[in-house]
Amino acid sequence: MEPTQPLLFLLGASHHTAPLAVREKLSLDQVRAADLAARLQQTAGISEFALLSTCNRVELYGVAGSPDSLAALRIALAETTGCAPADLDGVLQLRQNHEAIAHLFAVSAGLDSQIIGETEILGQVKAAYDGALARQWTGPVLNRVFQKAFQAAKHIRTHTRIGEGQISVASVAVDLAGKIYGDLAPVNVLVVGAGDIGLKTVQAFQSRGARSITVASRTLSKAEETAAAAGGWAASLAELPEILATADIVASSTSAPGFVLTHDLISTAMKRRAARPLFLIDLALPRDIDPAAAALSNVFLYNLDDLAKIAEGNLAQREAEVARCRAIIAERTATLWLQLAPRLSGTR
Amino acid sequence: MSPLPTDRALLWLGALLYLAGFVTGLLTLVRRSTAAGPRAVLNSLLVAGWIAQMGGLYARGLTSGGCPLGNTFELVQFVAWSAMVLYFFVGTAFRVSLLGLFTAGYAGALALLSLLIPPWDVIHGQKIFGPNPWIELHAALAVFSYGVFGLLALTSVMTLLQNWSLKHKRLTGLFWFLPSVVQLDQINTRMLSLGVLLLTVSLGVGSVWWLRDTASVNLPKLVVTVGVWAVYLVVRLLRWRARLVSVRFAWVCLVMFLLALLSLGPVNSSRPAHQVTLTPIER
Repeated sequence: MEPTQPLLFLLGASHHTAPLAVREKLSLDQVRAADLAARLQQTAGISEFALLSTCNRVELYGVAGSPDSLAALRIALAETTGCAPADLDGVLQLRQNHEAIAHLFAVSAGLDSQIIGETEILGQVKAAYDGALARQWTGPVLNRVFQKAFQAAKHIRTHTRIGEGQISVASVAVDLAGKIYGDLAPVNVLVVGAGDIGLKTVQAFQSRGARSITVASRTLSKAEETAAAAGGWAASLAELPEILATADIVASSTSAPGFVLTHDLISTAMKRRAARPLFLIDLALPRDIDPAAAALSNVFLYNLDDLAKIAEGNLAQREAEVARCRAIIAERTATLWLQLAPRLSGTR
Repeated sequence: MSPLPTDRALLWLGALLYLAGFVTGLLTLVRRSTAAGPRAVLNSLLVAGWIAQMGGLYARGLTSGGCPLGNTFELVQFVAWSAMVLYFFVGTAFRVSLLGLFTAGYAGALALLSLLIPPWDVIHGQKIFGPNPWIELHAALAVFSYGVFGLLALTSVMTLLQNWSLKHKRLTGLFWFLPSVVQLDQINTRMLSLGVLLLTVSLGVGSVWWLRDTASVNLPKLVVTVGVWAVYLVVRLLRWRARLVSVRFAWVCLVMFLLALLSLGPVNSSRPAHQVTLTPIER
């Protein structure tokens, strides 16, 4: 009988294979992760491992002495999460050796993410690896694979257009504000409407340095509530003419049936604001801002459709880059696998 | 045969290096590379082109015994050279995205155009400004201010493109790399101030000598020069009072520069011709 080779493996579920309800069951909080780690450490043949758990994936990377050890992994995962092993059929995917490497590279580069090219995943992979390294779960093989995954992700981000262009409406709006104002720190942001969309928009602008935030709403108490959450000022809609003269970015998302910001109101404000441009973002349906205002000089008006169109264009551009990224990953995987295969043989 | 390159050879080299820089910048843009390498190549080509052009103008200056501003060819070359000097300062100070590409194209096109039109390079006399260095300073400052207005016209074009792209929601390709509306407006305003200041100093210096000898400057030159200065001054005042902003301000700056360029002809032709032999143009 031919001796079995040690192997590098990935066992896990992601948004590609498991619906949200299943991913919720499989998710590993700190307690569960510690429990699973303890089980893996006691599993014969598992010499190295790392756990990656995000809202979109639960994955175990590791080195097993033989394929027989992998069956024990499924059981350990099922026991830790309380899932029946049968429920995991078709949900868990197993990749071995160079395929496992290619998968980690793709995950790290954001190619396997729901939002292609997003960068948050790289931080999550790094955190997962740092945790495993600190607890001495990893060894020479996984250390090398993860380090190479980070290098590949960085290379892909630098040399392809996979991360270009924002693909969420709020981020697109913030990017556009940057095209108008450059630095967002000194701009005055006015949010009309105290709902959830308004708050999210405020947060998006704050994440890019905007400091002066005013929330205006028909109900002042609601405006105060949202303004308090955002660290800004509250105002009533009656104050709009005054505030509009000093605001640089206006994001409106009320449920009003008609225009909250009329052409005349904006036109009057423009006469009082010298040379400063005005960026209007209409996030409401029906629309809050009179489309005729777009014709005013130095006024830039974008509605939900405009922003969504830009986001879709950016996403299409990212998707078009995936093939290039996959080619880079294939090349780097092959190189790494050539180096790792003899090392894995040596761990027998 | 002289082992040293001639003034025109150096000016040709300068123009070609500018155009090579423009092509490099364009290719970088098409490939949407964000790496620092191509940008360094672009800037190196522009510096090399600028040195070659300065060498050519210096050689001319030695031959004519003064600032080489004796004919349309030299004026246009000097305007292109001034724009490049300003780019090195403005580009470094404000890190204006795409300004290097635009300046390379603009300076390269001006330099090439002047080289391709032999009648512009008419033979002129030595010491065309006479023995008075103040008159030479006056002329150099005036032409340098045209260089500033030239770069202002470029940033105005960038403003118009950026405004168009934002208004029409076309933000792909070149448009995405344009500087922000506010940054362009700040640069335009400062360039206009600098240009007006230089032209004011130039005319101030010139007027002192003109008052001593009013016959030394003919009426067309006087009217055109003062007219260009007055209009730019009015534009600056209107911008200061926020009466001329955004797209209209950019259009005015662009059109004004085209008119100022056209004014170089009457200004230059009003000067009496002398005889001095520069590098002969092969015809």
